[in-house]
Amino acid sequence: MRLHEYQAKALLAAWGIATPRGVVVRSPDEAAAAAAGLGGTECVVKAQIHAGARGQAGGVRVVPHAQAPEVARALLGTRLVTRQTPPGGLPVDVVLLEAPVAAVRELYLACTLDRRGGTRVLLASGAGGMGIEEGAAPQAWPIDTVRGFSAYEGRALAKAIGLNGRAVAAFGELTARLVDLALDKDALLVEINPVLVTADGELIAGDAKMEIDDNALFRQPTIEALRDSRQGDPRDEEARMRGVQYIALEGDIGCLVNGAGLAMATMDLIAAAGGRPANFLDVGGGTTAQKVAEALDVIAGDRRVKAVLVNIFGGIVRCDLIAEGLLVAARRFERRLPIVVRLVGTRAQEGRLALASGGLEGDVTDSLEEAAQLAVRRARAS
Amino acid sequence: MSVLIDKDTRVICQGFTGKQGTFHCEQAIAYGTQIVGGVTPGKGGGRHLDRPVFDTVAEAVAALRPDASVIYVPAVAAADAIFEAAAAGIGLIVCITEGIPVADMLRVKACLPAHTRLIGPNCPGIITSGACKIGIMPGAIHRPGVVGIVSRSGTLTYEAVAQTTAAGLGQTTCIGIGGDPVHGLGFIDCLALFEADPATQGIVLVGEIGGTEEEAAAAYIREHVRKPVVAYVAGMTAPPGRRMGHAGAVIAGAQGTARAKKEALMAAGVTVVDSPARMGEAMASRLARPC
Repeated sequence: MRLHEYQAKALLAAWGIATPRGVVVRSPDEAAAAAAGLGGTECVVKAQIHAGARGQAGGVRVVPHAQAPEVARALLGTRLVTRQTPPGGLPVDVVLLEAPVAAVRELYLACTLDRRGGTRVLLASGAGGMGIEEGAAPQAWPIDTVRGFSAYEGRALAKAIGLNGRAVAAFGELTARLVDLALDKDALLVEINPVLVTADGELIAGDAKMEIDDNALFRQPTIEALRDSRQGDPRDEEARMRGVQYIALEGDIGCLVNGAGLAMATMDLIAAAGGRPANFLDVGGGTTAQKVAEALDVIAGDRRVKAVLVNIFGGIVRCDLIAEGLLVAARRFERRLPIVVRLVGTRAQEGRLALASGGLEGDVTDSLEEAAQLAVRRARAS
Repeated sequence: MSVLIDKDTRVICQGFTGKQGTFHCEQAIAYGTQIVGGVTPGKGGGRHLDRPVFDTVAEAVAALRPDASVIYVPAVAAADAIFEAAAAGIGLIVCITEGIPVADMLRVKACLPAHTRLIGPNCPGIITSGACKIGIMPGAIHRPGVVGIVSRSGTLTYEAVAQTTAAGLGQTTCIGIGGDPVHGLGFIDCLALFEADPATQGIVLVGEIGGTEEEAAAAYIREHVRKPVVAYVAGMTAPPGRRMGHAGAVIAGAQGTARAKKEALMAAGVTVVDSPARMGEAMASRLARPC
């Protein structure tokens, strides 16, 4: 689960990491008072969305105080499109106003997962800001899972990225607090980019990005309260409430598959056949007839969908039971929606017979590739 | 021959009396697996599925001398269950549980004794065709044969199994290494086992987006694997930055794309199929060719 910049910065601040003076506003009226309260003559207006590259898209602007309400007005209630958002952009419901920081240097710092090493890892670079994506690979410092992290390691990392003077000690403190926060909140990623270095060697978090392990949310009740469902596709949210693994995509062929790998493979097959999937949907390896029916409801509710491809490998679950679930849901369709079913595995023959005798209007096959081709053809024709 | 398990492998189940444990142990017993007993704290001294139940793994080990344990406990208690099995000296731990926090798996990874093998979590398990089934895979699609299968995905493993069965090749052992970013046995461990197993003539590797394990496997194959390898990698069309069902299936920046994985595997001499429907026929043609 991803957090907004302002939420991540509040957590950083609570862990003793310096952040710019800032105020969260949800309306232009709030912005006027907030900007004046920051002091100085200018402020940074930052649109809060779950995507990066906001600067180039006009989502981050440095303006005189007097202009802050009008810039906030232009952002609030709109959808900001950046090269990292879906084509339709993401809604700006919150704007963060901050006092500018005079930096002599920008660093990159993140605490993330090293999958290969099987540890958490700190990544740091002396060249932060937007340069990190094109620049040299950051220095990696593995974090010992059992012993934990100690500030001296952060100081060694500081020297490795070319810091000197007061910033070395400050970097040791910063890294220790960052790791502590990541561990405490079950974060898969805490990224500060840039870390702003001031003339007197102070380190301030210029921007922050944080992702929490979904599997650990059961023990992170304060994090769950930070969820912003509006940053996801509304279709994703509905499926999440129904307990289905779903990701909305841009195409017109709805996919219902058991197993995440097979669901991805099904999307790939649709693309290879010249079509575009409307979604990723995994009903689970050991699914039930009822879950299949509910998943089909989710797909049919998406008006973009012109055809449905159901791909079930019946392992532990019996295909004849799956067939019943499909028939139940198909009867609930409120519009004509061609359906292609590929049903193989345990009692597949019985399942296919049940679909035929139950009057399912659609194609039934046991071939993976044929199913994808048929779905593409049906979507084009409807 | 086979790898890791055979008809004599003695297996206990943690979470034995629960719904999942009960159902899948019944299936495993019907397949012929030596399920010798199980563990459910608080139910020690009783019997379940006509087998003894113990409060702790240590007690089960003392009484039953098992070679392996299969774990069907909920995600909150799964790391604890893995540690308990390892502490009791079990050499092969198969964790089926999905949804374990990454931090818990990091702790497992850091603390597991070197001689303990962990399969999973978030995986279908391991099966030696016709001999021993430890996990949730459908037994009926398997046939004893010559292909070793290793996969990050459950149902795609079943596709590979069904296809190699249909092609008349059959399988030695199939190992699901799981869909989590931090897990036990990896591709390289399994490739080494299959390469060393005389009965395994070819290897099917099923990968997916996320991480760099397929790339590492490719480098290993180039140096150490002489048997033919067929691979499929799922997720060519997956959008970057999204977790595709599996916690580990996510493209981060430029890392973890299906294209990069396919290219690395091809460069190592692996036959990479574009369609998941063609794993079996590709293996058949590789095995027909003199190596």
